[in-house]
Amino acid sequence: MEKSIPAKARLLKSEKNWMNGEVRGKIIVFLCAIIMISATIAITIFLATKGVQSFTKNGVSLIEFLTSKQWNPADPAKPLYGALPFIVGSFAVTFLSALIAAPLGIGGAIFMTEIAPSWGRKILQPVIELLVGIPSVVYGFIGLTVLVPFVRTHIGGLGFSLLSGMIVLSIMILPTITTIATDAMSSLPNTLREGSFALGATRWQTIRRVLIPAALPNLLTAIVLGMARAFGEALAVQMVIGNVKDMPHSLLDASATLTTIITLDMGETTFGSPENNILWAMGLLLLIMSFAFILLIRYLSSRRKI
Amino acid sequence: MKRLKKFGLPAMMASLMIVMAACGGGASTDKSNQGASKTTQTKELSGQLVISGSTALQPLVAAAAEEFMNKNPKVSIQVNGGGSGTGLSQVSQGAVQIGNSDVFAEDKKITGLTDNKVAVVGMTAAINPKVGIKDIKKADLIKVFTGKITNWKELGGADQKITLVNRPESSGTRAIFNKFALDGAKPAEGITQDASNTVKKIISETPGAIGYLAFSYLTDNSVTPLSIDGVAPTAENVQSGKFPVWAYEHMYTKGQPTDLEKAFLDYMMSDEVQTGLVTKQGYLPVSKMQVQRDAQGNTTKK
Repeated sequence: MEKSIPAKARLLKSEKNWMNGEVRGKIIVFLCAIIMISATIAITIFLATKGVQSFTKNGVSLIEFLTSKQWNPADPAKPLYGALPFIVGSFAVTFLSALIAAPLGIGGAIFMTEIAPSWGRKILQPVIELLVGIPSVVYGFIGLTVLVPFVRTHIGGLGFSLLSGMIVLSIMILPTITTIATDAMSSLPNTLREGSFALGATRWQTIRRVLIPAALPNLLTAIVLGMARAFGEALAVQMVIGNVKDMPHSLLDASATLTTIITLDMGETTFGSPENNILWAMGLLLLIMSFAFILLIRYLSSRRKI
Repeated sequence: MKRLKKFGLPAMMASLMIVMAACGGGASTDKSNQGASKTTQTKELSGQLVISGSTALQPLVAAAAEEFMNKNPKVSIQVNGGGSGTGLSQVSQGAVQIGNSDVFAEDKKITGLTDNKVAVVGMTAAINPKVGIKDIKKADLIKVFTGKITNWKELGGADQKITLVNRPESSGTRAIFNKFALDGAKPAEGITQDASNTVKKIISETPGAIGYLAFSYLTDNSVTPLSIDGVAPTAENVQSGKFPVWAYEHMYTKGQPTDLEKAFLDYMMSDEVQTGLVTKQGYLPVSKMQVQRDAQGNTTKK
């Protein structure tokens, strides 16, 4: 007899029991979204208020912070707040590691999607994904134990150098770039490949002239995401880069990045002191850079859609 | 109802997270555990202590806290690290009951704290064993660290370039080494690491490296501790005041210590800890010091 009840009546019944239906699902999902958004906004506000205190309360000049090479915030007589060497160091390791990881990552993606999709993906994908699971302190320790002595004896310098930092970072960002590049390449419609083959193009010509240009916005997104990861990495870099506060002049010079200086000094300074505030300012700078990276990604991915 | 519960849990966790996210906006989180511990204290020694700060002192305090909790089962003590600066800030804000520090609170411009010196730690310059020297004049040590001497052969060692391994600018160990071993000279730029174990590893692996370490890290032959002006870096020489590079390990309370804080600090100063854990972990007992030092760094005979 139940079937004789009209649909409308049944619908009303389920609406009454709202905790079991549409509304509840909506609430949960909205709640999740609101939490994520408010957490991000809270972090941004907190970092911004802490970060600007050096400039508003402690009277540090923003120009000095961004352009001076002299760093000595703990000096009671004449504190110096020039963060330029760290900014340069951060950008140097980020771009250099992307320079290594981007060709490797995109090459691996092409291998997995175009050259050997069946067995290549089965082997390479887990190998690459394994790299994600290794904690950064382990990368740092391997770098310190193996890479630094290797660079010192075979290439030169102290071993603690931009070069070591860039090698460690490029391995760390490789999974990010490879995974996103693989997704980009495999989401290309098959008609592109078939059309190219039909015109008589070889496989390599198809990859170079058709597939890579078509996937380019997403490939660039992959690289920028990798760079964002490299820019924010602290622990592994700290162990191999040497943390020297001078401006690096070559790849073999020891250097420092914004993140390594923050992690080295944060625990030893007291909250609210000028030395502590300037570290927050550096944190704010990292956040601004990460916003810039995200804007760049949005711009790149909106440029061309397939 | 069963299904309702199943979905109620994530919803509850979600609302908890909102509260936590809201707290993150200000410094209000720091004050939350203060009230709880103060009110739970009673006369028969129960309650909760939260201690944070100096990573150098953390192992000693953690070991002592464990013993203390065995003796007083109703007491719960939590020992965190975080660094001297963190310890001092948190205790002065009331976020923790005791803040551990390698440096005097006055050095970090923090007042209103009660100082308890629980141990002494000696430090000295440590070099790569292949350099081949064991003793250095203080004047030469200063020249090495300020970059005026750049090769060990000038001091009778191997023909190796000198590599400095420093601590971060705000490090307490660095401040003490600069003050008492380098007479306040500003060291030249060098490799900088914050963890003593990493510093030791770098010195032992890098040819011609020199850094500074607490005595407790100088237990094996992987690095060579240097005598300064012929005075060996030993516990006896620190206690008699002959070896100048040492520091107190402080445990600060805000204002006067409460019953439980006092009981634990007394335990730290008891013979049991001072001659047991303190010496075992490579620190020196405060009671055996024949000299004392004030916050300005003036050393006097006791």
